[in-house]
Parts: sequence; C-alpha cells; structure tokens
Amino acid sequence: MAGPNRADFWNSMMKIDRRIIFLFIFVAISVPMFLQIQLKIPTSPEVESLVATLDKLPDGARVLVSLDYDPGSEPELQPMAETFFGYALKRKFKVIVIGLWPQGPIQAERAKPIAETQAGRQFEYGIDYVNLGYQAGNELVIQRMGSSIPQTFPVDYFGKPITEFPIMQGVTNFSNIDYVFNLSAGYPGTVEWVLFAVDRFNIVLGAGNTAVQAPQVYPYLGKQLKGILGGMKGGAEFEILTGLPGRAVKYMTGQTFAHTIIVLFIIIANIAYFTTRKKEQGGLS
Amino acid sequence: MSTLGIWVGALLTLGILSFLYKDNPFYKLSESIFLGISAGYWFVSLYYQSLLPKLFDNLGITKMMGASETDGALQSLFIHGRWDPNLWYLIAGALGIMMLLRLIPKAGWISRWPLAFVVGTTAGLYFTRYLASNAFSQINATLKGFVVFGQPGFFGWANLNNLILLIGVVSGLTYFYFSKEHKGIVGGAAKVGIYFLMVTFGASFGYTVMSRMSLLIGRLDFIYGAWLGLLR
Repeated sequence: MAGPNRADFWNSMMKIDRRIIFLFIFVAISVPMFLQIQLKIPTSPEVESLVATLDKLPDGARVLVSLDYDPGSEPELQPMAETFFGYALKRKFKVIVIGLWPQGPIQAERAKPIAETQAGRQFEYGIDYVNLGYQAGNELVIQRMGSSIPQTFPVDYFGKPITEFPIMQGVTNFSNIDYVFNLSAGYPGTVEWVLFAVDRFNIVLGAGNTAVQAPQVYPYLGKQLKGILGGMKGGAEFEILTGLPGRAVKYMTGQTFAHTIIVLFIIIANIAYFTTRKKEQGGLS
Repeated sequence: MSTLGIWVGALLTLGILSFLYKDNPFYKLSESIFLGISAGYWFVSLYYQSLLPKLFDNLGITKMMGASETDGALQSLFIHGRWDPNLWYLIAGALGIMMLLRLIPKAGWISRWPLAFVVGTTAGLYFTRYLASNAFSQINATLKGFVVFGQPGFFGWANLNNLILLIGVVSGLTYFYFSKEHKGIVGGAAKVGIYFLMVTFGASFGYTVMSRMSLLIGRLDFIYGAWLGLLR
C-alpha cells in the first residue's frame, strides 16, 4: 500500500461510522445462533468453589433461593435459576423460593418447568419446593427472616398459609437452612445478603450476579461468599460443572465472537489513533 | 407467551433497536410505550404487593370497605378490645401520607419528617453492618500469610496472589492518602496504585460489555426463536 493511501485508510478508520461496528456485532452474535458452534468453556475457581460447596451438601438438604431480579436481567440470570433448579432436582434438595424483587418469584415459576423438563423429574409442591413470594422491605426482610421465616412469609406466593406445607415444618429461621443461593441484579441483592445474613446469621451463601454487579461482590469471595457466577460466563461454567448444559452455554459462542470483534476494533482504533497522531505531529514540526 | 404478546414484544424490540441506526418515530413510540407501561406496572405492583397486604389488609381497611372478611388491627381494637401489633402500621401509614404532602407546596415541609425517619433508620441499620462486613471482614481477609507453604515449587500461585494483593492494597491506599505530597517513594507507590485502579476499572468495564452483549443475545434469541421460529 502506498504512503498516502495508507494514511487515508487510517484516517477513514478514525472516522468509521459507529453503525458499521453495530453491524459487525449483530453478525457476530447472530451467526453462531444458527451454526450451533460450541466453544470450549474453561471453568474458573469462583464457580468451582460454588459447585464444590453445593456438592458437599447432603442429598435432600434444605436450600433457600432468593431471586432478586426482573425480566430485564433474564438472559444472564434465568439460565442460572434453571440450572440450579435442575441440580436441586438431581440432588433431591428441598427448595424454598423467595424474592426481594417483586418479579423474582414469577421468574422462579418460569424457570421451574424448564428445569423439570431437563431433569425428567418434577418438584412436588409443598414437599420439595415452595414459592413464598415477594415481601416488601428489602434488607429488612432478610433481617426479619433471621428471627422468624414464618412471620416474615406467613403465606406463599399463591396465598396459602405456609404452615400447611411439609417442607416448611421445622423451619424457624436461617439456622434451619443449609444453603442460600442468591440471584441478584442490583439492590437489594447479594451485597445485602452478605451484610445482613452471612455476617450476622452465619449462613452459607453462593451467588449468581449480572456481569455489571459481579465486580462489586468479588471482594466478598472466600469467607463471606462461597462462590460467584459472574454474568453469562459464570452461568455457562455452572451448567458445565453441574452437567446440565443449557442456554448460557449455547449463548457463550455469540458472546465470545462479539468480544473478539470489540477487541479487534479497539486494536484498530488505537493503531489508527497513533498513526494519524504521528502524522499530524510530523506535519506540525 | 401468546402469539399477540410475541408480536408486540418483537416489534417493540425492533423499535428500540432502530435507534442504533438513528432516532426515528418508531423508536420514540416504543420508548414512550415502555415508559408508560413501566410506570403503570410499578404503580399496580406496589399497590397489590405493598399497600394492600401490608397497610390496608393488616389494619382492616379492606374489611371496612367490604372487600375482605378477615378482621384487621382496627377491628381487633374497636370490636374485640384487643391490642394487635399490626396497629403499628397506623404510624407507617401516617408517615406515608406525610411523605405525599410534598405534592402540596405549602405543606411540603412536613415530608421532611418521614424522610428524616428513613434516613435515620437506614443510617443506624447500615452503620454496624458496613463496619462489620465491609471494613473488619475485608481487613481480615486481606491479612494473609505472605508465604504459603506446601505449594508446588517454592513460589506457588497462592504466594504470587498474596504478593499482588499486598502490593495492590498498599499502593491503592497510598494513592488515596492526601496528607503527604505524592513525590518520591509515596509518589511511586501512588502511581502503582493508579495502575491497580485502572486494571479494576478495566475489569469492571469488561464485565459491563459482557452484560450488554448478554442482553442483546437474549433479545436476538427471542426474535429468531420465539418470533421467527428459526432456531431449534
């Protein structure tokens, strides 16, 4: 390429229409959906830690699942909910669902049948699954559950008194819960569970977060948080480690392609910037 | 989801995505529908999930209106002569009404009282929790053995991690130490702290990109799968 032509190329790269980048991203995400490409997804220590904690629980353990998100975060968190329910079915866990967000319990009802189909087994409502619904009050709900879960949630999502359900027999507070799994998209969510339940009532907590929220909860990893599923990647790793591949694994190919395109454009933009700047400085001198 | 629901969802998705090309009336219509429905949804949701069960049902106002047969706190007090703890909701209701007085300019100052209550309780609640979880526990987690024995090789990954943690914490704190001019050793440490902060921001930005891509994947999956039926 001749000198002036090369300069023109980098100049045009500096002025590239953002819609061209959008088009590349659109193609990068769309094509893998039709080609069924499957990339290798390596697992990370934070997801391995979460699954290891789950694996240590005895079959039939009583777990509390708090779904603190709405449909806006569904692509990231719903696959995690489906996988967790699938895993719970496999291990015959007793699952108690709550929501600190109004739409959380609805998301649970949407995830349940998908998990049941995948696992080939159904939850028996009231015996190995109950949805206690939403309670207003954010972190105060967690605080109150530490004193009494039946007083905090006197009726379930469908309006039935929770004392009617065998799964709730003997459940007074967090001391009767073996593990808490929180799916969180913001406030109230994982941070509040750590502050008001882990450090106060010594619960064992694992969390799945939107990618935006994940860096905020990473400092709790270790003693306060026994594993994190960060965004879609975390969800995909969770599916692989539990042996229940689902939507997150399927979506990760598009995710990888899109990230590759973004990285390429960042590199091109930097080369263009330094090349054109050098030329401008040369021209000035 | 019904066929109509899928069509409405798909057309509104396309309407919002059309903004990527340029601003247009289809986008504005979709945006306005979204805003209007969101406001309506939240109003109904808050009424049915908070106001109705917490305030009206607990106090017995729904029974007074003939919409329920269950006694509330007011019936307990005035009919059965019993104290019901749910009567505390009268105070919560009063605070709520005081908050709404913000809408009346002359009585707007009254809304400061419930606001003060909320700020006071939240501050009190969070003070101890933040101190315990975000200060003491974090400091405790940072105090790690500088050399971990039993690692493969003399200098295992755990040792390297602990070293990075130590340098990151010390240099990051130095950057936010403003009582001494950032020159010499302090300046050097602060500069290292800046690099650590930049890595943190970069990781955070990377996660944000992943999050946004996930949302787009979710929408495209809906369009290709649920709407167009092109995916198996």
